Amino acid sequence: MGEQAQFSTKHLIGIKYVTTKDIELIFHTADEFKEVINRPIKRVPTLRDVTIANIFFENSTRTRISFELAEKRLSADVINFSASSSSVSKGETLLDTVNNILSMKVDMVVIRHPAAGVPVYLANRVSANIINAGDGTHEHPTQALLDAYSLIEKLGPLSGKKIAIIGDILHSRVALSNIFCLNKLGARVRVCGPPTLIPKHIASLGVEVSHDVESTLRWCDAANVLRIQLERQEIPYLPSLREYAQYYGINAAMLDRIDKPILLMHPGPINRGVELSSDAADSKQSIILQQVENGVAIRMAVLYLLANRN
Amino acid sequence: MERGRIILKSPRFNLTLQRLAHQLIENYNHFENTCLVGIQPRGVELSDRIYTLITEINPGHKARYGKLDITFYRDDFRLRKALKANETEMDFVVEDQRVVLIDDVLYTGRTIQAALTALNHFGRPKEVELLVLIDRRFNREVPVSADYIGYTVDAVDEAHVVVDWDPDPDKNEVRLYKKKQED
Repeated sequence: MGEQAQFSTKHLIGIKYVTTKDIELIFHTADEFKEVINRPIKRVPTLRDVTIANIFFENSTRTRISFELAEKRLSADVINFSASSSSVSKGETLLDTVNNILSMKVDMVVIRHPAAGVPVYLANRVSANIINAGDGTHEHPTQALLDAYSLIEKLGPLSGKKIAIIGDILHSRVALSNIFCLNKLGARVRVCGPPTLIPKHIASLGVEVSHDVESTLRWCDAANVLRIQLERQEIPYLPSLREYAQYYGINAAMLDRIDKPILLMHPGPINRGVELSSDAADSKQSIILQQVENGVAIRMAVLYLLANRN
Repeated sequence: MERGRIILKSPRFNLTLQRLAHQLIENYNHFENTCLVGIQPRGVELSDRIYTLITEINPGHKARYGKLDITFYRDDFRLRKALKANETEMDFVVEDQRVVLIDDVLYTGRTIQAALTALNHFGRPKEVELLVLIDRRFNREVPVSADYIGYTVDAVDEAHVVVDWDPDPDKNEVRLYKKKQED
């Protein structure tokens, strides 16, 4: 009989609310799931009596497919729900929607919602395990976990490593989760972007702030490049995308100039030619597709560890 | 904390390992198309030693050696606390191979049941045999029996048998506790 693997919380609301030990346990478990998904038969029967609802109130490609694949690889029963094709458009409240789904004996809920705080609101009101797949501009914990996991794979332990997060920090839940996660793992974090897209007082989270991309790239071991979230910009924060690309876009010529091997990450979807040029996104330094592969293993680990917490 | 009664120790412990290795060699000769698979984590302690002994006695053998973790295949997931997963090292498929599963203690048989499910994910073996160091023969919950047995223990259900592996082979021992020890 092996060692016990006890996760400290019942829900995954955000990286802020888990311990460093939890993160290490997720990574350890993900290692084993990564071996599983590289086998000829990629499925294990672990969650065979568990039903999981993927409730997406916001568009998603990668995260939804990645969660669904993770659930199927674990043999869970999966139901998918997207707001656009549901009774939400008839005026049903969020809690009613979720309670109706739960009354069909659902054990876990993976939720994405444009409003920050929805996962914690549900966690306080329903009995299922809640996994946050992105809530507004708050957190996107599984993305931060797979980013850190991919970094460790390439760089080794992150303690003392320099990681830059570049782009639209203001609207990014990926940035916030990444800052919490990297801080817990001992990395140094610098955020970089136009002053309008960097939240005031972000330095209080223990990060450095810069407005110069090239010097930030020169400083870091890896750069996580974020998308400009046009859908969340209620007022114009930028004169134009073209101007953003000119001042903050990363291209292969810039990577050659800094003359230092840094890793490039992007949580997707990429606006090619805006924050990343195609020659940079497809360069050897880019680990964007490894991030996607690791996403499935990380989500399997999270589901496995939470399924046991009732 | 209960000390536990020693039920097997050196020199008999090492003689038992020797005997098990010889029994395998007797049946498998050069181990053509044969895979030895240790069950993580405790069975691997035994399989490492058996594999080393076989290699010492019969250096030219062709056995392939793997380690299988069955954490994700257990049938008691969500009924008890989750277990930490261990590494699976199977760099071969078992399709049409003869497989010897190796574990330290055969108790309820459920670990072996899970191991057989896990093994199927690496192909359809030609045949599967089971080698254990300790067989607690009166505590089975599923119809599983071992083909190679080091030592048979008749103990009540509440009792707990632990194999203590030591880097010094003369200090290996098997202890019988009246109650399950907390990890």
